[in-house]
Amino acid sequence: MGAGHSHVLYVHEHSVIHRLPAQAKLVAALGMVVPIAITPREAVWAFGLYASIIAGLAGLSKVRPGFLFVRLLAVVPFIVFALFIPFIAGGETVHIGPVALSVDGLWGTWNILVKAVLGAGVSILLTATTEIADIIRGLSVLRVPGLFVSIATFMIRYLELIVDEFGRMRTAMTARGYDPRWLSQARPIATSAGALFVRSYERGERVHSAMLSRGFTGEMPSFDREAPTTSQQAAVTGLVALFFATSIVALIVT
Amino acid sequence: MVFAMHAPDGFLSPGTALLTGIISLLVLAISLKQTRDQLKDKAIPLAGITAAFIFAAQMFNFPVAAGTTGHLIGGALAAILLGPAVGTIVVTIVVIVQALAFADGGLTALGYNVLNMAIIPSYGGFAVFRILRRVLPQTSGGVVGATGLAAWASVVMSAIAFSIEWLFGATAPVPFDTVFGSMVGVHALIGIGEAVISAAAVGAVLAARPDLVYGAQGLEQSQLAESKIGSRAFVIGGVLVALVFAAVVSQFAVDDPDGLERVAENTGFIDSARDHSLGDFIFADYATAGISNEALSLAIAGIVGTVVTLLVAYGLFVAVRETSDRDTASV
Repeated sequence: MGAGHSHVLYVHEHSVIHRLPAQAKLVAALGMVVPIAITPREAVWAFGLYASIIAGLAGLSKVRPGFLFVRLLAVVPFIVFALFIPFIAGGETVHIGPVALSVDGLWGTWNILVKAVLGAGVSILLTATTEIADIIRGLSVLRVPGLFVSIATFMIRYLELIVDEFGRMRTAMTARGYDPRWLSQARPIATSAGALFVRSYERGERVHSAMLSRGFTGEMPSFDREAPTTSQQAAVTGLVALFFATSIVALIVT
Repeated sequence: MVFAMHAPDGFLSPGTALLTGIISLLVLAISLKQTRDQLKDKAIPLAGITAAFIFAAQMFNFPVAAGTTGHLIGGALAAILLGPAVGTIVVTIVVIVQALAFADGGLTALGYNVLNMAIIPSYGGFAVFRILRRVLPQTSGGVVGATGLAAWASVVMSAIAFSIEWLFGATAPVPFDTVFGSMVGVHALIGIGEAVISAAAVGAVLAARPDLVYGAQGLEQSQLAESKIGSRAFVIGGVLVALVFAAVVSQFAVDDPDGLERVAENTGFIDSARDHSLGDFIFADYATAGISNEALSLAIAGIVGTVVTLLVAYGLFVAVRETSDRDTASV
C-alpha cells in the first residue's frame, strides 16, 4: 500500500486469458470473488477447489508464480490483523505449547486469510492479463455510466505524467538538500502537492480547450466493442457457474 | 491509514458488503449528476486529471517522526479543492482503479472501501469544513485552519464508519469496543499528518490560484491577503486535542476484562443468546460478544454513527443545493 502504484501490473504474454475480452474477464472475476466471499469458512474443501481452479487459470495465463506471490503480499497488513485475532478473541481455547489460542478466533483468522488471498489472487490475475485501458473499456461495455468511465480513462491516461511530475519535484527538493525526518518539516512536500494540484487543474483546462478545438461536444466517442466468441462466453459462464454452485453446496452442507 | 483502507475480500460479512455497496451506489449516482452539473463539459478532462493528482498525492510519502512515513488519503483535500461531489467521484475512481487495475482492495469489498475512503471523507469532511468556515475568520488563514480540522475529522470519521460496519458485519470474534478503540485511536493520530499536509496544500493553492479552491469561494481578494495570525498556536492546540482524543478513545480497546472473566462472559452470552432481543438480530454476534458494558458501547456506536451520518447527509445537502443555486444564478 502506498507505494509502487504507478508500476503497471500487466504482464505481456499471449495466453488464452490475455486474449479474452476485458468485459468477459471482469464478469468472470466478479463471478469468482462473490461466491468466494459468501462461502462459509468451515467449507475448507470449497476453498481448496477455488484455489486449485485459480492456480489452473494462473497456469493458463503464463504469468510466473513468483510474480503472483509478490503481488499477494499487498494483503499482508490484513493478514497481520487476522493473525492477532486468536490471541485477543475469547471463547473456547486450544493450547499449542504454552500459548492459548481461541478456536473461534482461529476460524476468524482462516476466514479472513483464505478469502483475502483468493480474492487478491483473482484480482491479480485480472490485472496481470488485462491492460488498464481495456479494463476501463470493459466497464463501459458493462454499462457503467459513460461520464464515470470517461473520467477514469482520463485519470489512467494522465496518471504516469502527474506521478512523474511529482517525482521530479521531489528529486529537485532532494537535490537541494531537503531530507525531512519529522512531520514539522513536511511543509515543502505539502506545498508542492498544492502546486501540483494547480498544474493538474490548469492542464485539465488546457486539455479541455484542445478537445473543444478538435470538435468535442461533451460526449466521448464510443469505444470499439470487441465481443467474446461463443466458446469464450461458454467458458466464462461455466467457470462462474462452477464457483456459484460450489458456494451454494457449501452453504447447504455446512 | 491501515485497516480502513483497501480492505480485502471477505473482511466484513456478505450482507454488510451488499448493503454498503447499495448505499455507495446511491450516493455515487447523486455525485455523478452533481459533477456533470458543476463542471459541465469540462468534467471529463478536469475530474480525470485531478483524479490522477489525488492518485499521485496518495503515493507520495511524507515524514511523520524519526524517519517513519505516512501518506495522504486525500478525501477531504479533494472535497475542499473540487467540491464534495467531484471530490467523491474523483476519490471513488482512484479506489476502483486501485482495486481493478492494481489488485489493491477486494472486488467484493468495494462497497465499504468506497464508502469509507471516498464518500465519508469527502462529504463528511466537507460538512465539517463548511461548519468551521462559519466560525473561523473569513481569511485565507481561516480556510487553511478549517481544512486542517476537516481533514483530521475525515480520517476519524472513516475509522468510526469502519468500526460501525464491523458492529454489523464482523467476521471474527473481536468485540466492537476493541475495534472502535484501536481504530479510532490510531486514526486520531494518523489524522494529524493528514491535517497538516492537507492544510498546507490548500494554503499553497490559495496563494497561487485562490479561484481554484472550491471551499474558498466568496472570499474577497483583501480577505485572502490577510495574514494568518497565531497559526502556530492553532496547530499546537489542534495536535494536543488530537492526542487527548486518541488517548481517551483508545481506553475502549484496553479496558477489557481479563481472559477468565471474558470466557465466563462469553459462556454467559451463549447461554442467554436464545432470549436476546432485536440487538443481536441486527448486530453481528462477534462484535457484541465479550463487551464488558454492552449498553454503553452500543450507545456510543449509536451516537457517533448518527453524528457521522448527519455530517455526510449535510455534506450531500450542501452539494446539491449549491449546484442548483449556481444553475439559477447563471441563467
